[in-house]
Amino acid sequence: MAEVTFSKAELERYSRHLIIPEFNIEGQRKLKEAKVLVVGTGGLGAPLIQYLSAAGVGTIGIVDFDVIDDSNLQRQVLFTSADVGRPKVEVAKERIEAQNPFIQIITYNTQLTSENALEIIRDYDVVADGTDNFPTRYLVNDACVLSDKVNVYASIFRFDGQVSVFNHLHEDGTRGPNYRDLFPSPPPPGLVPSCAEGGVLGVLPGIIGSLQANEVIKVITGIGEPLSGRMFIFDALSFETRTLNLRKDEKNPLNGKNPTQTELIDYEMFCGIGQENGQTANVKEITVKELESWQAEKKDFQLIDVREGYEYDIANLGGELIPLAKVEKAVNKIASDKEVVIHCRSGKRSADAIQLLEQKYGFKNLYNLKGGILAYADEIDQSLAKY
Amino acid sequence: MAKIIIPTPLRKFTNNQKDVQVKGQTVIEAINDLINEYPEIGNNILNDDGSIRNFVRIFLGDEDIQALKNEDTAIREDAVISIIPAIAGGIS
Repeated sequence: MAEVTFSKAELERYSRHLIIPEFNIEGQRKLKEAKVLVVGTGGLGAPLIQYLSAAGVGTIGIVDFDVIDDSNLQRQVLFTSADVGRPKVEVAKERIEAQNPFIQIITYNTQLTSENALEIIRDYDVVADGTDNFPTRYLVNDACVLSDKVNVYASIFRFDGQVSVFNHLHEDGTRGPNYRDLFPSPPPPGLVPSCAEGGVLGVLPGIIGSLQANEVIKVITGIGEPLSGRMFIFDALSFETRTLNLRKDEKNPLNGKNPTQTELIDYEMFCGIGQENGQTANVKEITVKELESWQAEKKDFQLIDVREGYEYDIANLGGELIPLAKVEKAVNKIASDKEVVIHCRSGKRSADAIQLLEQKYGFKNLYNLKGGILAYADEIDQSLAKY
Repeated sequence: MAKIIIPTPLRKFTNNQKDVQVKGQTVIEAINDLINEYPEIGNNILNDDGSIRNFVRIFLGDEDIQALKNEDTAIREDAVISIIPAIAGGIS
């Protein structure tokens, strides 16, 4: 490969790196030669991509299939109000090219899947995982282990952040622990916090994504001690930080003692996601259009909202508020002599409530509002705030 | 008494307390004491057979209990036990 050189403009741009003795032009050269794939252009992706670009990583690939939504702007500082509705990777590319014209950006406006992951990852040296769901976490991890790539991992939830460097290549040729050593399998969907319990403090991905960018730069340049075999934990509320020691699990199906998995699998199924939909399908449903006509003809029915009070405050349909966890205690408030429509944000919790009420209390008059208040906001009343 | 640090996703089961004081000579005794006090957290930490679930890790100080004597690891009075859950992002 031809020797990596820098123009005068580049030398001036990167001068604050070049004058750090342990970084110097060698470190800058490694950055320019490096190819980093950033999976997810969201809250973590925003600081990651911006700092990797500013630092002078020569080639940055970005994968995301999403378009920018109003609810992204609270934390995804790469985007502005004017970008809403545009593909994330397209806007990210524009911003990055304006920030640093000396690097190359490659965009993949697609979802990373078991079919395309190995092909996309193949061309890169380091992968940075900034995704937001378990199936993609396991997909990125497995693809990195199977392709011998380092996976710089960061994850956030509400006020908690985690950072680690997975599958790092040690000097003796062995690899450090990976995500499967830490968490062999994901929580079943029922235990994963639902939309009612999700959310993330907007500044948290800024903090954690910046730490992730720092680890990417250390892995590429070889300076310092990468966070391999360790995991950094940050609690933004108490400001407690810890660095825990990780270990390899000999039962790891990818690279343990007796590996059983040599290719990518169906990660939705692995995470039990298909089964969850199957469970919700067998309750009676009503569409938002039918609900609207019931309301218009002043039909005698009960409308119950099983979301939390703070969600009700964002937007509501005037239903009786009985949060899912309190449904059993309030069972005597639920009518059994007329139709009852139960709704939540998107239809999952209300289906759970109906299943519980049917199976345990024998209700036969309950209808799940298909698509929840989100569908109502889309199809019937555009003045309702979506969240 | 030993201390168990509760991660934010599980604090709804502990009246929002970020740590809980527990009694016990071993890690599993401490965890069972926590579950005694807050039964709803149990399903998020232990399988039906009492083993640690696949999507949480238990650390004593900075060390994974799997590197020690697992659930039976002895603990001191001033032990700090952490429950580390798998988290994936703000919406999942």
